[in-house]
Amino acid sequence: MANMSPTKLPMPEQNPSVRNHNFQEVALGYTPEMAVEEAGRCLQCRKPLCVSGCPVNVHIPEFIAKVAEGDFQAAYAVIYQTNGLPAVSGRVCPQESQCEALCVRGKKGEPVAIGRLERFVADWYRENVAEKPEKPASNGVKVAVVGSGPAGLTCASDLGKLGYEVTIFEAFHTPGGVLVYGIPQFRLPKEIVLREVEGILDLGAQLSLNTVVGKTITIDELFDMGFRAVFVGSGAGLPMFMGIPGETLSGVYSANEFLTRVNLMKAYLDDYDTPIQKSRAVAVVGGGNVAMDAARCAKRLGAEHVYVVYRRGEAEMPARAEEIHHAKEEGIEFHLLNNPTKILSDGHGAVAGMECIRMELGEPDESGRRRPVEVPGSEFVLEVDTVIMSLGTTPNPLIRSTTPGLETNRKGCLIVQEDTMETTRKGVYAGGDAVTGAATVILAMGAGKKAAAAIHQALAD
Amino acid sequence: MAKIITKRRLNPTVTLMEVSAPLIAKKALPGQFIILRVDEKGERIPLTIADYDREKGTITIIFQKVGLTTELLDSLEEGDDILDFVGPLGRPTELEGVQKVAVVGGGVGCAIAYPQAKYLHEHGVAVDVIAGFRSKDIVILEEEFQAACDHFYLTTDDGSYGEKGLVTDKLKALIEAGNQYDAVIAIGPIIMMKFVCKTTEPYRIKTLVSLNPIMIDGTGMCGGCRVSVGGEVKFACVDGPDFDGHQVDFDELMTRNGAYKERETQVRRDHACRLLNQEVR
Repeated sequence: MANMSPTKLPMPEQNPSVRNHNFQEVALGYTPEMAVEEAGRCLQCRKPLCVSGCPVNVHIPEFIAKVAEGDFQAAYAVIYQTNGLPAVSGRVCPQESQCEALCVRGKKGEPVAIGRLERFVADWYRENVAEKPEKPASNGVKVAVVGSGPAGLTCASDLGKLGYEVTIFEAFHTPGGVLVYGIPQFRLPKEIVLREVEGILDLGAQLSLNTVVGKTITIDELFDMGFRAVFVGSGAGLPMFMGIPGETLSGVYSANEFLTRVNLMKAYLDDYDTPIQKSRAVAVVGGGNVAMDAARCAKRLGAEHVYVVYRRGEAEMPARAEEIHHAKEEGIEFHLLNNPTKILSDGHGAVAGMECIRMELGEPDESGRRRPVEVPGSEFVLEVDTVIMSLGTTPNPLIRSTTPGLETNRKGCLIVQEDTMETTRKGVYAGGDAVTGAATVILAMGAGKKAAAAIHQALAD
Repeated sequence: MAKIITKRRLNPTVTLMEVSAPLIAKKALPGQFIILRVDEKGERIPLTIADYDREKGTITIIFQKVGLTTELLDSLEEGDDILDFVGPLGRPTELEGVQKVAVVGGGVGCAIAYPQAKYLHEHGVAVDVIAGFRSKDIVILEEEFQAACDHFYLTTDDGSYGEKGLVTDKLKALIEAGNQYDAVIAIGPIIMMKFVCKTTEPYRIKTLVSLNPIMIDGTGMCGGCRVSVGGEVKFACVDGPDFDGHQVDFDELMTRNGAYKERETQVRRDHACRLLNQEVR
């Protein structure tokens, strides 16, 4: 008999007023007892809808059944069949709009806490199982993966399991891509990302750090070196700015720069050399998950006031509800229906404030969201010394500009065939933000997975 | 990892290092840069490539000790490894069809002016070099420059060597004397580049400057290196580092580059201990 509790078992978290002063993980995870209890809520549907909502097709009821039995190792084996990065996706997937959105338990009450269970299983495995998965026999076929973010790692993992000789090329000095430079430690500890990467290297993959494909080495050269296929998961690119006066003042960051300083370069730790502005009041412009990450980092670095300035309302914010909730708990102040008009200088080239104008919602626009319209004469100044622009990115130009035959759309995103992820250049596949523009970790993982399958099919022929 | 093959002090604060980096050496062109990190907790800093040797597979960097990272870098010796060394980044200098150029270098900027002069000279362009220094004791690359140009002019602010005066005085004099330059390349302190551009503007001589703003990744991701060029925001790492000097907002660049000065001063005060600790290790 299933556990008929209408609500998810809550996951313990650090107290908001404590955690907004540290970078340790916010969510503490289920205990084994909690996991077994929550797993009991799964009805084990014969035609599980949840699986169809998962971009990497995790066999959800199967793994949850193993958790309910207390056989966590078997549960891990089920997840790992289709998901090379479960500790990551268990933490950062928007389950509420994917698997959990389709769970039948969600029709009356809350869905099964699939994400929390996945996270539990991955953490339990990492902490309790020392043995490494058996290294598959090499098939001698070389495949290059460009970028070690979620798309590249997933592609490398799937191809590695099939025996391909995969080399991952990474521009930075550390693997992980956005999982390392973008998503903060308190949402996704870097030690966990590193372990997931090690798991992929254990399958036989090679990692070439400090290698900028498109600069250090070109895709044509990779083919000359004997790679039979190339997967491009080079991720997001140039940060967008608003084009308002004052954006080049010192104290104005892109979210990419701010987060990279904090997360990758560890500016929050005293013994690291990378500097970051000591801010008293910070305005983060934007309403996505990245904006929430930047705001919560700024708070942890000691800012007295951190404002999120967003031109639409809360219902229109693209950030996950959970992230908005966490940010509010931690004391982030939301200035919704406000749009920046200019950033003010202190007279010496630094930020002294940000002028905003109030907005109201008009008719729906092409995105289906109500269009924000300025309220004339409603300008006011927000007193801040730091502004973080979190408005999204446009894809990185380095690879497309150095690879003949690689076509992009109007926005500069690589064009791929939807079913294979193959680009307009034969043998070159792509996925993740390089194709979609800024999107989620799990969609990038799904793309890496699809490309791996297509590469396998093309090379097996 | 990139091994330091040779290390040479050019003056008390400026050091040259030839570093083994075959992949980068294979591709490097004048105007491009590398990013390096000295140790696990260090920051990433960009340095323009001062020279490259495709056969030996080496990249030469020349840097001045201006902050913690360059101090740490300077503490490395021949045979030591630089932890991370990435490149070649940025776009190579684009100077097609020029017949005669003036290359203007200021201080340590001469380290980057030198490969430009050498490359153009090797490719049949008439090259005049004006190298400016504060005083005689910090003059670098004098012999190298002489071999890489048609006319070499050296100025010092205090007159202790070469001609007394600023590079802009010399440049103006040369232009006034009837030298027809198709382009001027200016590399040095921001303030010098600004005034070289002011000097050439009335004569409508195309003037290229090589910018070295604050950067992290160097591949177009962080946006820290943005500069206003002709009223548009450009990223020095992917759009530059060379720009049309008449379009660059130098004053803004100066404040942005000073963003972490206060902290840098404090860190330098503390760092003596760190260097000491390293020696003990």
